[in-house]
Parts: sequence; structure tokens; C-alpha cells
Amino acid sequence: MSILEKIYTSPIGRTLAPKVGLNEPPKLRRGRTMPTGAVLLAELDGGGLARQVLEALGVETAEPLLDLPEHRTPDDRGRPQPPRYPTKAGAVVVDATGLREIAQLEGIRQVLRPLMRGLESSGRVIILASDASAVTGLEAKAVAQAIDGINRTVGKELRAGATANLVFVREGTTADDLTSTLLFLLQGRSAFVSGQTWRVGPAKAGDRPGGDYRSDRPFEGRVVVVTGAARGIGAAIARTFARDGAKVVALDVPAAGDALSKVANELRGTALQLDITSPEAGVRIAAHVAQVHGADAKIWAIVHNAGILRDRLLANLDEKSWAQVLEVNLAAEMRMNEALLDTTLPGGLGEQARIIGIASTSGVAGNKGQTNYAASKAGVMGLVWAEADELADRAVTVNAVAPGFIETDMTASIPFVQREVFRRTNSLQQGGQPVDVAETIAWLSDPASGGVNGQVVRVCGQNLVGA
Amino acid sequence: MAVRNAVIVGGNRIPFVKAGGKYAQASNVDMLTATIDGLVARFGLAGEKLDEVVAGAVLKHSRDFNLTREAVLGSALDPHTPACDLAQACATGLEAVTYLANKIRLGQADVGIAGGVDSASDAPIVVSEPLRRALLKANRARTLPDRLKAFASVRPADLAPVPPGVVEPRTGLSMGESQALTTAKWGISREAQDELSARSHQRLAAAWDAGFFDDLVTPYLGVTRDGILRPDTSVAALGKLRSVFGGADATMTAGNSTALSDGAAVVLIADEDEARRRNWPVLARVVDTQVAATDYVTGNEDLLLAGARAIPELLERNGLTLADFDAVEVHEAFASTVLATLAALEQDGHGTVDVDKLNVHGSSLAAGHPFAATGGRIVASLAKVLSEKGPGSRGLISVCAAGGQAVATILEAV
Ligand SMILES: NC(=O)c1ccc[n+]([C@@H]2O[C@H](COP(=O)([O-])OP(=O)(O)OC[C@H]3O[C@@H](n4cnc5c(N)ncnc54)[C@H](O)[C@@H]3O)[C@@H](O)[C@H]2O)c1
Repeated sequence: MSILEKIYTSPIGRTLAPKVGLNEPPKLRRGRTMPTGAVLLAELDGGGLARQVLEALGVETAEPLLDLPEHRTPDDRGRPQPPRYPTKAGAVVVDATGLREIAQLEGIRQVLRPLMRGLESSGRVIILASDASAVTGLEAKAVAQAIDGINRTVGKELRAGATANLVFVREGTTADDLTSTLLFLLQGRSAFVSGQTWRVGPAKAGDRPGGDYRSDRPFEGRVVVVTGAARGIGAAIARTFARDGAKVVALDVPAAGDALSKVANELRGTALQLDITSPEAGVRIAAHVAQVHGADAKIWAIVHNAGILRDRLLANLDEKSWAQVLEVNLAAEMRMNEALLDTTLPGGLGEQARIIGIASTSGVAGNKGQTNYAASKAGVMGLVWAEADELADRAVTVNAVAPGFIETDMTASIPFVQREVFRRTNSLQQGGQPVDVAETIAWLSDPASGGVNGQVVRVCGQNLVGA
Repeated sequence: MAVRNAVIVGGNRIPFVKAGGKYAQASNVDMLTATIDGLVARFGLAGEKLDEVVAGAVLKHSRDFNLTREAVLGSALDPHTPACDLAQACATGLEAVTYLANKIRLGQADVGIAGGVDSASDAPIVVSEPLRRALLKANRARTLPDRLKAFASVRPADLAPVPPGVVEPRTGLSMGESQALTTAKWGISREAQDELSARSHQRLAAAWDAGFFDDLVTPYLGVTRDGILRPDTSVAALGKLRSVFGGADATMTAGNSTALSDGAAVVLIADEDEARRRNWPVLARVVDTQVAATDYVTGNEDLLLAGARAIPELLERNGLTLADFDAVEVHEAFASTVLATLAALEQDGHGTVDVDKLNVHGSSLAAGHPFAATGGRIVASLAKVLSEKGPGSRGLISVCAAGGQAVATILEAV
């Protein structure tokens, strides 16, 4: 701990910090918990989809207050104020799927203005809008993108751990395609996801959850492989999947076998000591799955979490540090997918399956000293987009998360000042926890998330970097 | 009653290290527990009840009277898993495998774990005999004066702790001194010993590099490879070492004798049908075992050459000759033990063992020899070697032990 860090964490430091603008960050609601306050449904012109989704989820909804001139009341200095919520609301779902005209955007303003001070801590703003590809005409397409601007700004203006996110709905999307996504957004699981936009479409043929599916234990009986699971984010991913019923195969390099076996035994899963850069990695994983779970077993999801850093300014970067990072973070993942997607391989990926990559905000925005890493992580995004297209005919989705600053051993080694800056330069004013990344991955891997495909979702608390 | 097949499914050990090194603070229970847990994780046995876990240690604290059961209770296995401690000096690990394999063959168990552990760092220090008697007497005494009187006969010299018996009680000779007699008697040259030792290091290093131990070892306390292993050693480098056992013209050095080490090793053994039902790898079948002992006290025979008695009996019973084996593992207590054992077998007309088949991935000189852990290390590695060679390939193991004993075992890939 540096001197600065000691002062900062001492009692006197803690009383002084707020005076220089370093407030204690809000404590985020996490896990499978719903908001405490009411869930409001704002159904704007031409909407209706959100109501079906919330009904399917069995979520009771209330009407939002609208900021219309006639609803305003003067404050003690006579200035008109928007209507006030008697008790703070837990979340608002804004159904903007019917908006096609610029003038209609006013509807969103009317709903959100009273809520900017009327949401509980860790409250939620969730906007559903039609994707530009699903509407015709210049104005409608421009309106779709305008909503994205609203979302990103609302995320920045919300306080006390509240988040805002936007889901663009593609042509032909039904309520069933959206339930897992809306539940994720409402619950504490999406704690560190804010200011983000992604697309949901109709699930492919054959990509529906089976009859035994339960949204609170979505992976019951399913095999999930997590690479780099001995520690950090990977261990959290393994724990989250196990909590939700999965049979976890925890994989890491042989040298990490000690910690790996502890994770595997704690979760009643299995440990596979394997370097993913080995050319036979895919086949070895499949053989392990077949051996442990039976010749007929298939992998439901593989999470490519293993990753390394070899940070150097490009001026000092040699071919070795360059190649290692690209090999572990990108090339190995591509090779393993290819091997595991072979449907004739016992213990490989199932007909219906999920593939998850881990990108990074460094890949989105670049980061000094990380040319190699940014290349690998941007490459993961490219791979996800291309592979999702390539697998159009199979009930397999390919998605990635892009974590921002997450509190792990890796980031604990960053010097204090730099670390504190990284932590605070996002809308939630804190670093994320490994479980936040894990929860997002579990949602993307949910059997009911077939409609979410080819997406890269940032788990960064709306970090300024690459926003 | 039909006898079933007991098969080796897999194994696990922690890297072995020099005594007083990285595991100096770890107890036998700690090391055995971690080793079992690594195996449990690899095969997904957490929370499962196995039929039995059997293991032992040569250097044992009195508090470790139930060592294996304590390790099971500390592990991720179901606490209903029973356990047994067993001992036969350095052959403990191999005898544990035999015990469990026999139970499985007789239908008394379906799945179990066998192995051993030893810490030469945390070896029990024993009090002297007069002090021990005084302590017992003091314990029985009712009054303080009586208690004090109990110590009246204790002399200052009796207070010095007695290190664990590293000498043979009946000859008063250490293991190394005994082997030095054998080395001289059989005329084993310094060069031959150093050559065998260098080969052991080179082969073990190559196996590590090839990833052979990726599914046989779980790192422990930050150690990821065997600590004694010297990948770059050579006959020339070994030739420079001073001799340590056997007087003036001695040939035995620290380089061609095993170092005191800490470590643990276990094997997962199952009934073949059960293993197949669970889709487990069926690496090799435990075919047969023979234990033998020598009359070393009279000096007529050698302390560590009982293998040369056990092997012929075993071969004869199974209608096999040395030439029928694809891999032979002779525990390297000392380089000269291996060479003298082979010389004795050859002298008795059993032929010899090709260097290419002998200790193919190195043995105790390079890996280290935590006494009771050696059997588990050899069985797991040999089973994997045989399974890679294909069905029908045969392996022979010989492990010598204190007291002039040895155990020999045949494995066969199925
Ligand atoms: N921590 C963050 O803030 C952050 C931010 C963005 C992205 N990420 C990404 O999240 C992932 C996990 O990060 P973390 O912070 O938990 O890192 P970590 O270093 O704590 O864990 C990574 C794990 O991957 C394993 N691994 C490395 N190379 C491997 C190989 N060749 N084969 C098998 N396993 C291998 C390591 O042994 C380690 O256990 C990485 O892909 C990382 O790039 C992390």
C-alpha cells in the first residue's frame, strides 16, 4: 500500500476525501434481486412489446408520472417543478419501439425527467426501441439513433448506482426473445452495465429453452467450460454458472492447478489443467467432457476467459510479447471454437450452444502500452461478429463482454493514483467486481437468450474510455 | 467367485521437493489432502463417497495415527468415505495399490484411492528411551514430588531429541552405508551410476517439457515442478561430486543417491466395468504383485536387492520373462540399487532390461523420493506410459524398502 493509499483509507482520510470531491462510491445492488420500488411501464406511441415481456415475467407494473406543464407545481421560489414520486421508483421500462418521428422523442423526456431524481439507488432505466434496420424512412432511422444518445446521457446523469441501458429490437422479435434480457436488466445482475446499447432479434429455429428450463436456475444439468478459471474473473464466472445449476469444467494452465482444483471442488465441478495455446486444446476439452460427463454429453457454453497482458509502449515492444498475447487472447480461442463446433466430436459443443469471448474496453478504445492487448481484444470482437454470421444456420450464439476496470489481482497491481483514476472515471464511480462480468456472461449464455447474438456488451460502469 | 479386473484410472501427485524446502511447514496430512483434492478435481469426485482410501507414511507423528482418514475428512470427498493407513517402509505406496486392487478384484470395493505421503522436513522427533520412561512415570504420579522424582534418573544426554531412524536397527548401518556394501560387492562403477543418474534427470525433464505430467501433477504451495530435478545435469557434472558413502574408494555421491524429500502421490483405482460405465480412462490393469525379503542381517545378502527375489517369483507365476515387458520401473533408491538389481537378475539367468525400457520418464534420483509417495508416482506414470503404448503392453515395477524387502508389480494396458 502506498502512503497515499494509507492516508486515503485512514479514518481522517475518509472524512477529508469528500471535501476534495472523492465521495464514497454507492454500494450497488447485485445478484438475482429485483428493485425494491415499483417497476414503471412507460408505453409510448405504438409500443406494446414491453408489456408482453413484463407479463411473461410476471412483473407487476405501475404508471409513470409525466412531466406535462399541467402536472408541474411551483417550488418555494415559484419555479415550476416536475411531478414528484411520493416514494422512489425501482425501475422504468420505456417502450419506445413505436417511435418513428422526431417529435415523438418528447415522450421519453416526459417520462424520464421526474425520474432523474425519483429513482431509488441502483434503480434502472431500460429503454426498448426499434432497431434502425427494422424501420423505414430517414426520420425513423435517425430517431432510433437519437434514442441511443438519450440513453448514454441519462446513464451519465443518473446517481446512486442507477443505470440506463437501451435494447434495440430487430424485425420479428417476440416477447420470448426478450424475457432473459429484461430480467437481467431489472435484477442486480446487471449492476455494472450502464450506458450500453445492444440488439436483440428473433432467436434462430431450434434455439428455444427446453421444457425443463427455469429462469432462476437456467443451466441446470448443462456443461459449461470456463478457461482461466483458477482465479479472478474466471473463478467468478465458474461460481456464477455453478450457482445457476451448471456442471462446470474449470480450465487453467497446469501451473495454476492448485487454485484450480480448489475452485473445481468447491463447485463440485471438474478441473482440466491445460494450456489453451496447445494445438490440441479443443480436442482435449472435448475428451475431458466426454470422459467426465459421458460419451453423449455436449458442451452448452464455452467461456473464453483466459487472457494475458504483456504491456509495453510500442516503442519497446518485441515480437515475443506481441505473439504471446495474440496467441493466448485470440488465436487459441479461434482454434478451439473450430475444433469444438464439429458436431461429430464427442464432448464438443452441442447443436444448440453458446460461445462467449472476453474483449476489453482497451480493445474498444485503445490504451497506451497495450498495442498487443488491444489488437487481441479488438480481434475478439471481430471474431464474435464474423462467427455469429457464419453460424447463421445453427442454434449457436456468439457474444462477448468487454470489461472495463474490474477489481482483480491483475488490476490490484496498478499504482494507486492511476488505479483510483481508472476506478472513478465511470458513471458508477467505482471499479466493477468479477461477479459483474460473470453475471453478464451468464445472461448471454442463458438458454432463453437465443435472440442475443453477435453482440459485444461492455461491463464498465459506463467508463469514459471508448464510450 | 470370479475375480474382477482392478484398473488404474488416473493419478495425481504434488511436485516433490527437497526436505527443508518449500514444503517445510506442510504436514503429511496437509500434503496428502492437497494431493487427494487434485485428483478429486480432475475426476469430478467432490462430494462423492468412495469405497476406500488407503495410504501411509514412513515417517509418522503419533498424532497421525489416522493419517489417511484425517486427509479424507479434510478433502472434498464425502466424509462417509472410509480410510486405512498401511505401512511397508518405502514400498508403502505400492502395497497400498496392491491392497486396494485386491479388494476391488474380490468385489469388496468398486472405486478407491491408494497412495502415500512423506515429509522428511516434518519428521517426528522422538525422545530418548529413559526420558520416555520418565514421562510415562510422571504421568502416572499423583503428587508433585512424585512427579519430580520420576525425572531423577534422567541424564542430560537423555534430553537430546532422537531423530527418526535412518539406520537399519539390526545392522546399525544407514541406508547409504548398506548400499555402499552392495555397490562394492557387485562392482558397480562410478561412471555407470552417474550415467544412470544423468539419464534419470534428462528423461524426467523431457517428460515435464512434453506435458506428460499435465494430468498427473497438481502444483502445491507455489511449486509447479519437481524441485530436485536438474534438467541440465550431465555425467561430467555428476563426476565432479565428492563421494558420501563407503569410505576411501567409494563411488556413491549425492548425485547418484536420492535426496531426502517431501511429497505425496495417489492413484485412482476402479473395477474395470465400473470405470467403463463412468467413461473413465482405463489405463492399465493391476495384474499381480509379489513381495520378498532378503537375509541382509547376516551380511549374506543385500539390504536393497529383494527385488531380485520378488521379480523372478512374480515372473514365474505369470509365465513371463523380462523380455515380455515394454517398460520396467526399478525405483532409484540409489543408482547402484538399480544396477545391482539388474546384475543380480542377469546372474540368475533372467536376462537384462534394455535401457530404452528402463525408467523411461526418469525415476527417484531426479524426481526425489518421499518414501511412501514413490509407489503412487511410479504406478500412475507407468499406467499412462502403457496406455499410450496400447492394449496388451506390459509394465513391471520393483520398489525396494528398508528391512531388506521389496515389492514387484505387473501392470498391463487394456
Ligand atoms: N481485470 C480487468 O479489469 C479486465 C478488464 C478487461 C478484460 N479483462 C479480461 O478478463 C479476463 C480475465 O481477467 P482477470 O483479471 O481475471 O485475469 P487473471 O490474470 O487474474 O486470470 C487469467 C487466468 O487465465 C489463465 N491463463 C492465462 N493464460 C492461459 C493459457 N494459455 N491457458 C489457460 N489458462 C490461461 C491464468 O492462469 C489465470 O488464471 C482476461 O481475458 C482479461 O483480459 C480483465
